Order: sequence, then structure tokens, then C-alpha cells
Amino acid sequence: MSSISTSRPVSTPVVLPISKSIVWLVGTALIALAVYYFVGVDQGAVSVFGNDMHVHEFVHDARHFLGFPCH
Amino acid sequence: MEKKLILRGILAGAVAGLLAFVFARIFAEPQIAKAIDYESGRDAAQNALDKAAGMPVEGHEHELFSRTIQANVGIGAGMILFGMAMGALFAVAYAVCLGRTGGLRPRSLALLVAGGGFLGMYLVPFLKYPANPPAIGHEETIQQRSALYLIMVVCSVAFLAGAVYLGKRLQARFGNWNATLLAGAAFVVAIGIVMLLLPQFGHLSYNKANFGNQATETPLPLKDAKGTIVYPGFPADVLFNFRFYSVAAQLVLWTALGLIFAPLAERLLQPVRPDSTTPSKEPDPVPA
Repeated sequence: MSSISTSRPVSTPVVLPISKSIVWLVGTALIALAVYYFVGVDQGAVSVFGNDMHVHEFVHDARHFLGFPCH
Repeated sequence: MEKKLILRGILAGAVAGLLAFVFARIFAEPQIAKAIDYESGRDAAQNALDKAAGMPVEGHEHELFSRTIQANVGIGAGMILFGMAMGALFAVAYAVCLGRTGGLRPRSLALLVAGGGFLGMYLVPFLKYPANPPAIGHEETIQQRSALYLIMVVCSVAFLAGAVYLGKRLQARFGNWNATLLAGAAFVVAIGIVMLLLPQFGHLSYNKANFGNQATETPLPLKDAKGTIVYPGFPADVLFNFRFYSVAAQLVLWTALGLIFAPLAERLLQPVRPDSTTPSKEPDPVPA
């Protein structure tokens, strides 16, 4: 086990310090989740634009096809 | 470093989403069209029945976007945005896993994280609540269905992350192979319990009250007052094809994401000067 890992210095090249990159990682994740929400959920179960259905109707086929529940 | 990884993840995700869109445009849209035809025909039959029974007939819904726009532009925008969002999440997961998940090359890790994304964000939730074409799904239950689906997604992703952590903890005691198997088994048991506890869509209270004891919301044959079938149930072949292509499209998306990201990450992370103790057989990587 150890003999294999020592002969492969390519492994574990970099460890990113989470504390330093936390802002970028969390920020990216939040924006990505917002996009996920607008493509998949908004104006169905809950809606941030009230009764408007433009987002829902526009991505309608993608929503079904990506596996989200739809009307 | 994390910024470079995130940028590459989003780019890879956009290309992956584009490929999945091309796949969807060719394979999914004909099935979606058949499902919508079924829905229209069924609505017409229902209206005729209502009219004969002297009940008020529902007016036709007005459309915000034509089918042409939905089937060619809307699905493309949706798939590419989804791909970019998944690429961004993928990059975040990759950055966290980097160097913390054992002796993996950057590109091997890319494929493993993509596989985890496919499982957690799509396939495992799909096992409980599979994708449905238009015409399947009651408007009255959309809130519950969305909540249940998202619970499945959150649990799948959380349990996968937990399984990776557990595997790392068990590795010292059981070795790589057995620790991986044990962590995988723990994931299956945990998600299996959640799947057993969550209700089927057909068993939601609204559906039970209006449609009887059915497991799903897939439309049954439409019957008139005498019980004669006047319109068939949802065509099984369309349902199967739609779901099959749905899985295939996600497989395309996550595979492309992993395969595009892998060489980008390898270039970014591999030391530019090869280690003197292990001379590389390959030519030196070009500095980016």
C-alpha cells in the first residue's frame, strides 16, 4: 500500500485551504443553487415573481426532461 | 486556484449542457410532442364528456410561449443553464475533495466527482421519483411533489458526501477496497430508509381522494358515466422512452462535464516541472 503511494508522487498534488477559498466556494455554490432553483422549481411550487409564469413556461421542456416535478 | 477551477467547471458545464441539449432536441422532443398530443386529446375527450353531462367546460389555457419556442429555444436555455450550475457545483465539490480523498490523479478525481454528481443530483432521486413527461402530474400536488423531490436530492447528495467521509475514516482500519464497499453499503442503507419513508406521488392525500389508491399520477384510461373507456391511459412506450432518454441525457451531461474538466484540471494542478525522481515519459506540459 505505502510502497505504491510513495512511487506515485502525482497523487494529492494540491490541497486547497478551505478557510482561504471559503468565500469563493460558498458564493459559487449559492449562485449555482439559485440557477438550479430557477431552472427546476420556480413558478411551480413556489414563485419569486408572484403569479408570472414566463420562466416556468420558457424552460418547461427542460424542467420535465431534467427530472423535476412539473404540473 | 479555486477561481480557476470554478471557471473551468462552469465552462465544462456549459459545453456539457449544450451536448445534452442536442441529445434532448433529437431524442426527447418527439416524445414530449407525443405526450402533449395525448394530453390535448384527453382534454378534448374530457370536455366532450363534461358537455354531454351538462357540466361547465374549461376554456383553453393561453400559452405564453409557442411550442416551437419551448421545444427549440427554451429547452436549450434550460439545459445549458442547468449544465453551468452543475459545472459550478461540481467545481466546488472538486476543490473540496482535492487532496482530501486519497491518492487520486486530478483527472481521475474529476471523473469520480462527476459520477457522484450524476448519482446524487439525478439518478438516486430518479429511482424514487422518476422524470415525467408533460400530461403526467396534477397541478394540485406540485408543491408536495417538488418538496419531496428536493428532499430526495438533498438526502442523496448529503449521504454521498457522508459516505466519502466515512470511507476515509474506515480506510485506515479496513483498507481502501473494504472501506469503499462499507461506505457504499452505508449509503445504500441510509438512502433506502429515506426512500421507504417518503410517500409515492400517487399516495398524496389529494390524489387518494380524487383518483383512488394508485402509486403514481400517470393518467389512467378515461371512462364515461357507464364505465366504458373513451380515451386510453397514458401510452407506456412514450413514458418509457421519455424516462430512458432523460437518464441518457443526464449521463451525457455528467460524462461530458467530467471528461472536459479532467484534462483542464490536470493541466492546472500537475506540477509544471516534473519530479526529478520520476522522469515523465510524456512531454512536459505546456504552461497555461
